[in-house]
Amino acid sequence: MGILEVKNVGKRFGGLQALGDVNLSVAENTVHAIIGPNGAGKSTLLNVLVGKLIPDTGSVMFDGQSVLGRKPHEINQMGISRVFQTPEIFSDLTVLENVMIPCFAKRDGAYRMHAFETVEDEVDIVQKAEQMLLDVNMQDKLRMTASSLSRGDKRRLEMAMCLVQEPRLLLLDEPTAGMARADTNNTIDLLKEIKDSRDITMAIIEHDMHVVFSLAERITVLAQGTPLVEDTPENIKGHPKVQEAYLGQAHG
Amino acid sequence: MLGLNQKDTKFLLIVVALTLLTPFLTQPFAESSGLAQFNAGYPDLMQRFAIYGIFAIGFNILFGLTGYLSFGHAAFLGVGSYSAVWMMKLLTTNVIPGIILAIVVSGLFALLIGYVSLRRSGIYFSILTLALAQMSFNLAYSVLTPITNGETGLQLTLNDPRILGVTATPDGSIPATHLFGLEMKSSAQWEVFGHLFTFNVGYYFCAVMAIIAFYLSLRIFRSPFGMMLRAVKTNQTRMSYTGLNARPYTLAAFVISGMYAGLAGGLLASMDPLAGAERMQWTASGEVVIMTILGGAGTLMGPVLGAGFIKYFENIFSKINDGVLHGWFAFLPDGLEDFVVFLIHPFVGKGWHLTLGLLFMLVVTFLPGGLMEGGNRISRWYKNRRNKGTDTDEGTPHAPKSTPHVAE
Repeated sequence: MGILEVKNVGKRFGGLQALGDVNLSVAENTVHAIIGPNGAGKSTLLNVLVGKLIPDTGSVMFDGQSVLGRKPHEINQMGISRVFQTPEIFSDLTVLENVMIPCFAKRDGAYRMHAFETVEDEVDIVQKAEQMLLDVNMQDKLRMTASSLSRGDKRRLEMAMCLVQEPRLLLLDEPTAGMARADTNNTIDLLKEIKDSRDITMAIIEHDMHVVFSLAERITVLAQGTPLVEDTPENIKGHPKVQEAYLGQAHG
Repeated sequence: MLGLNQKDTKFLLIVVALTLLTPFLTQPFAESSGLAQFNAGYPDLMQRFAIYGIFAIGFNILFGLTGYLSFGHAAFLGVGSYSAVWMMKLLTTNVIPGIILAIVVSGLFALLIGYVSLRRSGIYFSILTLALAQMSFNLAYSVLTPITNGETGLQLTLNDPRILGVTATPDGSIPATHLFGLEMKSSAQWEVFGHLFTFNVGYYFCAVMAIIAFYLSLRIFRSPFGMMLRAVKTNQTRMSYTGLNARPYTLAAFVISGMYAGLAGGLLASMDPLAGAERMQWTASGEVVIMTILGGAGTLMGPVLGAGFIKYFENIFSKINDGVLHGWFAFLPDGLEDFVVFLIHPFVGKGWHLTLGLLFMLVVTFLPGGLMEGGNRISRWYKNRRNKGTDTDEGTPHAPKSTPHVAE
């Protein structure tokens, strides 16, 4: 029984069957990649997992509880964090404040008004945030406005914001999309480091095979809204169906 | 001190000093000089500086921090005024109960309007608040006449019960508003070197309220709550994927700013116990938006500056009529004098809105951060020049620039 169980999920947009009959099981403490050509339904599936879309059929269970019908902030409070294709950060706030906000959310729940303390009074939270930023090598950028960071640092910051909440499942939506090779490699290293140093389950949606094969322990191939195969990276590489549906096009 | 760090304490003390010294600062010209008409140190105007300062500080908590642009805040000002006047009719002309009721009622009203309009954001939110405020205005003007006294406006009469006070003074007039016996309209005057300084009880009462309002807003700006409000403004998507529900935060900010508006309305009624529906009209809502943007939205001092600036214009610039202009340009030959007056005429007197509009356009175009940004630029330029002059190279121009602490 995996930490995330997707059963018979289907989603239709008008005449388009975005997700057919998706079954997926993500085991705890693994890195599970979901790949597939454009329009395969990867993003739709991710949006179902985080509560942005409600599927027409099927069920999604996280740690024995259904996530369907819950709002994104409730799903996050269950222990699922998400990294976006383009980093979503609080760009007008400082780097430190960016990481402090998830700490507050983790400690106090969806809302609690601390109107009569100063931010500096929250020593525990400041320390936790500083430690997190030290872990991702951003300790010298604490006071910078997030919008002035480089693209790679923004990605790093977003990861830090997710990780500081100690999520049980981290969803990554094409974390290297649009990046230069060097940045991509940095991101891979960062993700490897995260995987090795924490008890965390990751589900990655990715286009770049280089990223997928250097990280993933299980791979699910989606095509036209249904899972084609699910297997280890080694087996996927040589799978004829996958070659045909996806890799063949990408490498040919 | 008071839960503030050293820098903020200094900042607060400067604000307190400026507020208490307003009767001097607004009276820079001698009574006999030709510039005496630019003096603003009379009670009515000084009270307005403080009251509209409070209104703008409150509006800034909503607009400056969360970015939600409400176009209906005058409704809370009006509700506050009506509540305060009713308290003075029924209970006593002491201003305290009136102001408390004004804050409570406008807070509840803001909870209702905020609950409905915060379901949308951006332009839809603005339109919803505008519509709800215009509805309140029209209701106050027509249907709710028994409560608001419609067109005439709500005022004290000799038939009011005033259970805890007196219905009429011994000489048969309506009792004046007071704070435990201290009449709001009583003033002390001090004439020195041809300058006339007026110290008005009403102004100092408003000033103390404004200082408390400013202090609370400073605390909110520096609190985790304030940080969350800025997060709402920056990125609501990230906020919800971080496990935070933005609605309670925005609603709290909306109610707080509504209560500030209610306090301002209550103070207006305390200074002059009269409440009319026009106080709730959309032009009044627009005014506070302009005050905040002109001064600098999201900064602590900006809205107060903007409020002072606009109220000064409204009361002083509008007094310059053709007669005054002719007086100024009397030294020119007749034909030229008339021509110059003709040129300036549209911008002063009744045309003061035109000057204000032009200034507003200039500020928004060249100083998007408002007057505060202008002030900051000048002080930075001055510091740079001084550093160059003495050749002390303190600046480290190549290091990444750290952000200034929010809203200094």
